[in-house]
Amino acid sequence: MALKTWALRKSLWVYHVNAGACNNCDIEVLDLLTPRFDIERFGMILVGSPRHADVLAVTGTCTRQAMPRLQEVYMQTAKPCVVLAIGSCALHQGIFAEGYHMGAKVDEAIKAVDPNAIIMYVPGCSPKPEAMIAAAVKAMELLKTL
Amino acid sequence: MTVATTETQAPLKGFVGEVLGALGSAVTEVHQCGDRRGIARIDPARTVEVAGKMLAMEGSRLGTCTGIDVRDGIDVLYHWCFEPAGVVVTLKALAARPELAIDSIANVVLAGNWIEREMHDLLGATFRNHPDMRRLILDDSWPEGVYPLRKDFDQVADRPPLPPNMSPPDVGAEERRAEP
Amino acid sequence: MSRRTVINIGPYHPLQEEAEFFQLYVEGETVVDVDVRISYNHRGIEKIDESKTFDQVPFVVERVCGICSASHPLAYVQAVEEIAQVEVPERALYLRTIVNELERLHSHMLWVGLAGHFLGYNTVFMWAWKYREPVMDILEIATGSRVTYANCKIGGVRRDMTDEQLKEIGRVCGELVGPLEMLTKAVLDDPVLHARLKNVGILTPEAAKAYGALGPTARGSGLPIDVRRDDPYAAYDRVDWDVVTAPGGDVFGKAVVRLLECFEAIKIIKQCAKDMPPGEIDAKVEEIPPGEGVGHVEAPRGETLHYVRSDGSNRPVRHKIRAPSFNNIPTFKASCIGLQIPDVAITLASVDPCYSCTERMCAVVDADTHKPMYTFADLVRLSQLKTEKLLKGSHRPFPPGGKP
Repeated sequence: MALKTWALRKSLWVYHVNAGACNNCDIEVLDLLTPRFDIERFGMILVGSPRHADVLAVTGTCTRQAMPRLQEVYMQTAKPCVVLAIGSCALHQGIFAEGYHMGAKVDEAIKAVDPNAIIMYVPGCSPKPEAMIAAAVKAMELLKTL
Repeated sequence: MTVATTETQAPLKGFVGEVLGALGSAVTEVHQCGDRRGIARIDPARTVEVAGKMLAMEGSRLGTCTGIDVRDGIDVLYHWCFEPAGVVVTLKALAARPELAIDSIANVVLAGNWIEREMHDLLGATFRNHPDMRRLILDDSWPEGVYPLRKDFDQVADRPPLPPNMSPPDVGAEERRAEP
Repeated sequence: MSRRTVINIGPYHPLQEEAEFFQLYVEGETVVDVDVRISYNHRGIEKIDESKTFDQVPFVVERVCGICSASHPLAYVQAVEEIAQVEVPERALYLRTIVNELERLHSHMLWVGLAGHFLGYNTVFMWAWKYREPVMDILEIATGSRVTYANCKIGGVRRDMTDEQLKEIGRVCGELVGPLEMLTKAVLDDPVLHARLKNVGILTPEAAKAYGALGPTARGSGLPIDVRRDDPYAAYDRVDWDVVTAPGGDVFGKAVVRLLECFEAIKIIKQCAKDMPPGEIDAKVEEIPPGEGVGHVEAPRGETLHYVRSDGSNRPVRHKIRAPSFNNIPTFKASCIGLQIPDVAITLASVDPCYSCTERMCAVVDADTHKPMYTFADLVRLSQLKTEKLLKGSHRPFPPGGKP
């Protein structure tokens, strides 16, 4: 176990899920890859499949349609993993909370399939890339302790 | 350019006047005829004929349609845009209660296909002879017969219950969780 | 009866941000039909707006879509200003123009980067997004936020710009011209990109008109429609600029339109910054009378149209939002048919689908045969592999155009 978490410390693989987001947060997540913020210097990369991911970056309100797919993706993600709920929508559905098409909140939807899920919250609308990097670093520190 | 709230006919003039004039007797009321905007009501039985005439005009395209739940039924507004004149002409057709149905224009105007599906999902208007009336915008678990944009639907109180967790069984999850 | 296979693309993949799910029907390696269903992103915004006051609505609609974040509120306030017959002060018109053109600039550069990634030119991706950052910076300086600007209100704008800010905006835009010329040359001069983009995903002018296609998707098929010129709003009729079209209707044409529109955007921004008139920025509207209004603006993806009906109270009776991708996505039926699978990724991207605007997803349709599914990541990889093969054949260094 110690070997695995040591390995995790060195490089985090992030899988990004859009659960009904307006795209602001998603663009800022992608911005992390680009030269200004360059998340790869921390060893973090965006991967194409949840099965390889250590971090599930979730944006969006979690609409009714997205909810079962989000849960499915969470189940497929290799454990241990940290869910980063990015943006006001992922925290508490933001200004869309009254909308008729809303599913459960992101953390409720994930805890419905895994009550022990580790969820980190990154507030903002949208959070600046610096905030997301700070969250990712905290996630790394957290995974170290597991 | 004030919008008439009574049934007075605005006089036809300019580009908008020509467009509305070309529709002839299909236009039953003219609410507004300005230099860049026109609003008129058309006979709901002649939506296909009007759509064909509008599409055939020079520089026209269907911008979008708006459905509104009004006292007498569902008002379907067709917003036609003209380039390079830069004009928007809104034509209103009432799908009256209780049938709430009018003829689809999707067979004549391809741009009408998706928007009619959306109006059907959200308002419950029926578009007769639509080539592909499937659910477009509401999720799979949304119940039939519940139309969220209707005025009697409260977005919080009338929300249909969420389906139970719909994830498929995750084969191999136990083994992965048990991994050291 | 030929065998048809269904390839499901989606719902999640790393580089296309929204969740969408296309269904491609394929015979052999050729696409014969496309189906798209939408509802992942449907948040019920039109209904939410009916419970907000008129001046709260811009904050909701700027979150319809993050990349068209300046266009939606502007279309809405224009619709309401039509109802209330408000005369917006001239300075506010210029300020609105600057923010909207900056948005167009960063949106097109974002697209160029994504397209580069889909084609396997990751340096184009990094370049485009690196040079996009100064635009985000000046948006933050001017409006306070990189992405949701909250600059429009009914009757004007909420925040003024100082002379220093305007000078900085002009300076940064001027410095962007060099990198943009580099990117444009990289696309226009590269024979491998020509092979990947020319005659691929053709949308004929007739199909574009029939589907009501908008923005670069329509202008890339030669249709000269642009709301900024045809029904001028903000300050577009007070500055000097050109509408960009390209014949052919292929992905190359759409790419050229977007790249050249970046230069036009810089032209417009510099003129607005230089000629900014003094005066008020807000007409201080008190009441919205009963009535109806239509507001449309040219968002980066095409015309965004908002319709508002008011009954004299302080909330809209009805607010209809139609984003450009709602009209552009159905054109896949015309442009994807006949494509080979490696070309699908770039054709889907060529419409620059702003899925949030349009709440996209896909319908699951019964397949006759059970075939392994390609995810969108697989399609992107196939596209990148095709480029690699072409590059090997052409003996060119990878990629051309200089170092990042």
